[in-house]
Amino acid sequence: MISTYNLNHLRELEAESIYVIREVAAQFEKPGLLFSGGKDSICIAHLARKAFYPAHMPFPLVHIDTGHNFQETLDFRDSFVKEIGANLIVRSVQDSIDQGRATEEKGTNASRNMLQTVTLLDAIEELQLDACLGGARRDEEKARAKERFFSHRDEFGQWDPKNQRAELWNLFNGRKNMGEHFRIFPISNWTEMDVWQYILLENLEMPSIYFSHKRNIINRSGLLLSDSAFLNKKDGELPEEMTVRFRTIGDMTCTGAVESTAVTVADVIEEVAAARETERGTRADDKRTEAAMEDRKKEGYF
Amino acid sequence: MVSNSDGYLNMELLRFTTAGSVDDGKSTLIGRLLYDSKSIFQDQMEAIEKASIAKGEEHVNLALLTDGLRAEREQGITIDVAYRYFATPKRKFIIADTPGHIQYTRNMVTGASTAHLAIILIDARKGIVEQTRRHSFIASLLQIPHLIICINKMDLVDYDQEVFDEIRQEFKGFASKLEIQDIRFVPISALNGDNVVDRSKNMDWHEGPTLMYLLETIHIGSDRNHVDCRFPVQSVIRPQSAEHPDYRGYAGRIAGGVFKTGDEVMVLPSGFTSTIEAIDTFNGEVKEAFAPMSVTIRLEDEIDISRGDMIVRANNKPEVGQDLDMMICWLSEKALVPNGKYGIRHTTKDARCIIKEVRYKVDINKLHRIEDYKEVKLNDIARITVRTTAPLFYDSYRRNRITGSVILIDEATNETVAAGLIR
Repeated sequence: MISTYNLNHLRELEAESIYVIREVAAQFEKPGLLFSGGKDSICIAHLARKAFYPAHMPFPLVHIDTGHNFQETLDFRDSFVKEIGANLIVRSVQDSIDQGRATEEKGTNASRNMLQTVTLLDAIEELQLDACLGGARRDEEKARAKERFFSHRDEFGQWDPKNQRAELWNLFNGRKNMGEHFRIFPISNWTEMDVWQYILLENLEMPSIYFSHKRNIINRSGLLLSDSAFLNKKDGELPEEMTVRFRTIGDMTCTGAVESTAVTVADVIEEVAAARETERGTRADDKRTEAAMEDRKKEGYF
Repeated sequence: MVSNSDGYLNMELLRFTTAGSVDDGKSTLIGRLLYDSKSIFQDQMEAIEKASIAKGEEHVNLALLTDGLRAEREQGITIDVAYRYFATPKRKFIIADTPGHIQYTRNMVTGASTAHLAIILIDARKGIVEQTRRHSFIASLLQIPHLIICINKMDLVDYDQEVFDEIRQEFKGFASKLEIQDIRFVPISALNGDNVVDRSKNMDWHEGPTLMYLLETIHIGSDRNHVDCRFPVQSVIRPQSAEHPDYRGYAGRIAGGVFKTGDEVMVLPSGFTSTIEAIDTFNGEVKEAFAPMSVTIRLEDEIDISRGDMIVRANNKPEVGQDLDMMICWLSEKALVPNGKYGIRHTTKDARCIIKEVRYKVDINKLHRIEDYKEVKLNDIARITVRTTAPLFYDSYRRNRITGSVILIDEATNETVAAGLIR
């Protein structure tokens, strides 16, 4: 039972996230909000809007564009940015490749997921961002379970998981030396279920690919990848039409779909409640090795 | 489904920490809570089954669920606090899983700082050991309101009630020296699941509830301070837009008490008084706001207020001062420098401070003071006094965990070197 002066868990999580976002604006000179157009970054952008209302959020949205996005995500991104009146900065992996700073992977499992790190770190340097807000959650992945809200990065953008700053109460220490920056994770304590419940509670719009639709799918040993020009197909791989939705949104080449008939947020919540696999179970990028996420994070990944 | 999600939207959030010594089955217990509440997913289970077989282990090692870092898996130990999440139809839970050996105090203090409840595990075969005392002391120092003592591995002592009763008696004797309001005892076997989620068939003699029942029902509604009004200002909201040309609001998270529209308030440090004109949120004005809400307060009068100031009630002010008496936990490999200068952070206020005196260290195993040897090193707990460069507006930690806590920061390395609890 909730007594009079008690918040339910979603409002308590919301209050915590807003506090964190306001701390970022107060403690850093040039923050940016890493925005992918996925549900987690949409939630953070919404929370940032709430945190500074009726003023505008005092930092830009930064999209690291792999060039292999779902068109639906890009369309959503542009209308969302317009609606909330935010400033959007896009930096693209294609440019990093063209400049010779990143090299495209080869083979059928090629993905631009890893290459994003190069573009991201270059963007941080170019835009002189000293704090990047991101939508990573501790429940997503075991290396992320060890993250701080305020996560320090050295001048190479590296994360040192064994030597993190102690983080006590809600006293966040954002002090740093020149050239270093912070990654900030305001929804650290949220689960996939919390995010969807919050979307329902706040009636937030989401990109259409989170909901059931028909799509041409390449079934690669159980990983349901969307057929597209970006996907290097193996011999004999033929697309088939399936009724699917996506649980996470990333690069088209490594984000798997799930078979689903969920058409509303309430349907999705019901599906998440019954799910037997974690949401990142559909991500090929995490499956490369047991510590794939930790290794990428150490180098400066999201 | 709508009715179900309505139910879900009204759940309470319980944050708890787990502590134990090496090999007392803490990771197994967490694995058990997640497994029995169906919070472990198939792909996670498959991953740890695969890893357990690869390591040549007999059972599925549930500990692998919580040990996330490569170095932890390689060494078979937990290095850092890991956060885990699960929900039952009654509550949502956040577990701060704190490792028992490496940097034990640092990790446990971190996990305990935001916890409503602590679970301490005792191996039934070994009874109360040094680490049990240490963890209980830290739970008491950090003022965790509820403590559950799980006497684990009951299966290895034939589910003997006498073993349980003896350990309980001994713990009660020891705990009388601590300040913990609410202590519960549960005999369990984390490995077999006895009294974790399901009631044990092997221990009919245990009349109390299971661990999960306690976690779902312990009353946490009164744990926050709703008496002393404290609003540390995080930032000033000034849109300066055509729509809101003159808007001026003070953004922050309520640290204590209940603020209402029309309340007479005082602003520290200036001491000016005013009246709350409105309490704004994105979803509209609210009539009253309480901890831990994040809101924006507007006042009727134009007063100079900035980040680090605090809005309070004139008839219930915090202490205002530059000399602080506090208990600290030292978190750094580099020892405390006597008379050294450090950065200090308290609510939304940053200042500097100088260490005036180390009064004593605490032997947390025997619970007595060490007054002849005062070098404060990693994992030490000590009572010190500091003088700050600017006045702070504080309460004792016992009265309010938010306005009673500080961190000390090494100004050369920027590391957080100490957690401070104001007396």
